[in-house]
Amino acid sequence: MATIVQPGKGTAPERRNLVDMNWDPITRIVGSLGIFTKIDFENREVAECYSTSSIFRGYSIFMQGKDPRDAHFITSRICGICGDNHATCAMYAQNMAFGVVTPPLGEWILNLGEAAEYMFDHNIFQDNLVGVDFCEQMVKETNPEVLAKAESTASPHASAHGYRTIADIMRALNPFTGDFYRETLQVSRLTREMFCLMEGRHVHPSTIYPGGVGTVPTIQLFTDYLIRLMKYVEFMKKVVPLHDDLFDFFYDALPGYEKVGDRRILLGCWGSFNNPDVCDYKYGSMGNWGRAMYVTPGVIVDGELVTNDLIDINLGLRILLGSSYYQDWQDAETFVKHDPLGNPIDKRHPWNQTTLPKPQKRDFKGRYTWVMSPRWYDKRTGDYLALDTGGGPLARLWSTALSGLVDIGYIKATGKSVIINLPKTALLPEAQFEWKIPKWSNTIERDRARTYFQAYAAAAALHFTEQALKELHAGNTKTWSEFKVPEEAISCGFHEAVRGVLSHHVVIREGKIANYHPYPPTPWNASPRDIYGTPGPYEDSVQGSPIFEKNGRDKFKGIDIMRTVRSFDPCLPCGVHMYLGEGKVLETHHAAMFGTER
Amino acid sequence: MAPENGSPRMASQRPPAVSDVHILWITAGLSCDGDSVSVTAAEQPSIEDVLLGAIPGLPKVHLHNPVLAYENGAEFMKFFYDAEAGRLDPFVLVVEGSIPNEKIKSEGYWAAMGTDAKTGQPITTCEWIDRLAPKALAVVCAGTCAAYGGIHAMAGNPTGCMGLADYLGWGWRSKAGIPIVNVPGCPVQPDNFMETVLYLLYQAAGLAPMIPLDDKLRPTWLFGKTVHEGCDRGSYYEQADFAEEYGSSKCLVKLGCWGPVVNCNVTKRGWMRGIGGCPNVGGICIGCTMPGFPDKFMPFMDEPPGSSLSTVFITGYGRTIRALRSLTNTTVNKEPKWRHPSRALNTGYRPHTY
Repeated sequence: MATIVQPGKGTAPERRNLVDMNWDPITRIVGSLGIFTKIDFENREVAECYSTSSIFRGYSIFMQGKDPRDAHFITSRICGICGDNHATCAMYAQNMAFGVVTPPLGEWILNLGEAAEYMFDHNIFQDNLVGVDFCEQMVKETNPEVLAKAESTASPHASAHGYRTIADIMRALNPFTGDFYRETLQVSRLTREMFCLMEGRHVHPSTIYPGGVGTVPTIQLFTDYLIRLMKYVEFMKKVVPLHDDLFDFFYDALPGYEKVGDRRILLGCWGSFNNPDVCDYKYGSMGNWGRAMYVTPGVIVDGELVTNDLIDINLGLRILLGSSYYQDWQDAETFVKHDPLGNPIDKRHPWNQTTLPKPQKRDFKGRYTWVMSPRWYDKRTGDYLALDTGGGPLARLWSTALSGLVDIGYIKATGKSVIINLPKTALLPEAQFEWKIPKWSNTIERDRARTYFQAYAAAAALHFTEQALKELHAGNTKTWSEFKVPEEAISCGFHEAVRGVLSHHVVIREGKIANYHPYPPTPWNASPRDIYGTPGPYEDSVQGSPIFEKNGRDKFKGIDIMRTVRSFDPCLPCGVHMYLGEGKVLETHHAAMFGTER
Repeated sequence: MAPENGSPRMASQRPPAVSDVHILWITAGLSCDGDSVSVTAAEQPSIEDVLLGAIPGLPKVHLHNPVLAYENGAEFMKFFYDAEAGRLDPFVLVVEGSIPNEKIKSEGYWAAMGTDAKTGQPITTCEWIDRLAPKALAVVCAGTCAAYGGIHAMAGNPTGCMGLADYLGWGWRSKAGIPIVNVPGCPVQPDNFMETVLYLLYQAAGLAPMIPLDDKLRPTWLFGKTVHEGCDRGSYYEQADFAEEYGSSKCLVKLGCWGPVVNCNVTKRGWMRGIGGCPNVGGICIGCTMPGFPDKFMPFMDEPPGSSLSTVFITGYGRTIRALRSLTNTTVNKEPKWRHPSRALNTGYRPHTY
């Protein structure tokens, strides 16, 4: 049943000299992450990679026995950049458990808040955190020849964004001194104001409740939002071409760069933005209302859509151990034997998880992180797939494109692409962008998708604003529905956190939380080798990745590794730490062993 | 235009008492990094205002925060080792996240930052606090977790975590004689935090006296009032007009709002540029700035026990006042009767010239 791990791309099984290199902490992400690698400098390749997180807090433990109505307030605190995604997902699960449906206007308000979160978060992450890896200062220190080429390369879309050469773009990304860096920081505040209009506060919202929102729906509320949104739409008309120019340049300037961070196409997206016309929050109809979401859920294996049914997605969830600091729960209580439709629920499903922390020394040959290993069981093949989220946008766009269901004017999914239409803004005419399914699931495409998804979120928000105003104009001002907490219930919530799949699973007994397990994107992406030896996506995409950085061992920054790890938009309140070691040469050994055995 | 040579020039900026100050920021408590993220929203002042020297009189500020740092791994950790060795002086230490109790287990770690070069094991966050706190000019807690323990210190938690003052002692003083400075909030309100840092920088520059703190180590000018005292829904309370469902624009105390007894300025300040907040925009106050957070406020959506009593007391007065005001409101909603288009002038003026 073990999933056989592909040998690292390009790794030859000959004996090789490996150098221990690690980065702890990895900065410019949210949370604490260490990346420990073994690098083959002679063959310019990363041979091994381990991802480790250095924080444990114990949410699933201290939530036991608490009032289920508190779940969204508590779980928001899991994450300090997308806490609202947690609060929203928890609220979806509460709605299912309590049998309550958010009124349409409440749903539109929530969608507008979540759209603002995507617009904010992708924006600040892309150009204040990831962007620094592509800035002039960094490129000068890692690949001076690339900077020289950038100086003489005209930007193909200079008329759209105003930066004459690629090097001008890079200079604009220099931290604090670069003008695009500062503009982005400023725009990240504008979008957070939009967020606060809908959800009260950022990052832990104040106005979300089971049953809806407490936001007071007024004409002013939507006007204030829309005016800011249109500024962002104008900003997108510059940002999308700017990133296309920058990322295309890297493919040109460094032939083979598509192999950096490349991994098998194994993507998961749990869907985002409920459609109140369809969503009744019932488990049995979850497949239908999942497909009606404005970002379509899906599991994609080798470029093919395996399912877009949230019930199938739910049934396939497995939480594996192997390299994490926990004891197994195989002997602990089974909370849920069957889902509400009678489907059997696995012992390793989040509904049945019991968290048994066991702090211990870090041992890369044994247990080395606080992150568990979520996997998706592919019943066709029996594989436990280490799905990744592509940092969020790559999986969202890919899944939405393949399903071809979203068609709201501003956005159209075609089966092989996603078309985004942006209206005229103060200084710029209408614009159309098309995100096409790329050839690779790699570092550059994860980053490129992020930019396109910023435009996608803005376009979706235009639709949501129109729908909200329709409700308001019709006099439908209810934003919240009353409910009762049942004595017994099981439920789940599915959402897309900014950086990818998010699920919350809850079991309620005697009116209290008996079991609660949130699965955010980063455990998927940052997971360690599981019980079958399958490495997590960071590990897998860094292992076998070529190295283009010019620095040798002494000054090695690991920029290609950094770009890869950051392309997943790590958010480990559990993170990655990379620490550049002394560079001592380890024993030589066979590379083909990686991942198949620990 | 630049002045001509020789013309007298005012010294527009007095050199600060210290030329450079480093800010070492540890997010590796039990945290969500939400306070760092929140602070990037600040505009009064913004991070760039402080780092680019846009505020007069400040020393040059060097920020070492993992969310924003250019450097990675060892290059980033170097600043922390330098500070430990006394090579980075003066520095302000910012702590984010609850402080776990590492003594309750036999091995391993709950929270760590960086790797010990000798053992290959993570260096615990507690170890870093022990190393750096004695050398810091001041220690600031960003957010409720670092200040008092917060959400991760709730009943039933496995890590035994606490606030920094619980760890170092409430009477702790920095080498400059400054107590721990707590800026609570979950997350911290962006401008509250940056304004506190700004104050400390002024103090370091010799331009401000000792920062005024209350007995919970909070800046008094930020936390001296309650949510209710700043809430624009307070008048609904006064008129005993209480929301019965979420989404209402009335006072939320009967739906779980703890505003009347919570120290926080969010209702006055909003979240960003006066936008957002909590009860002022429809979110019950769950007491997230308080030492008793979260346990003393849970379940959050139940009416606080105290308010069931106080709302009864105010009901008679409030309803009467509301009725009387409604009458007066009707009156003042009518224009005076002399405003009309007919041929008579009824304003009281007696014309002599027309």
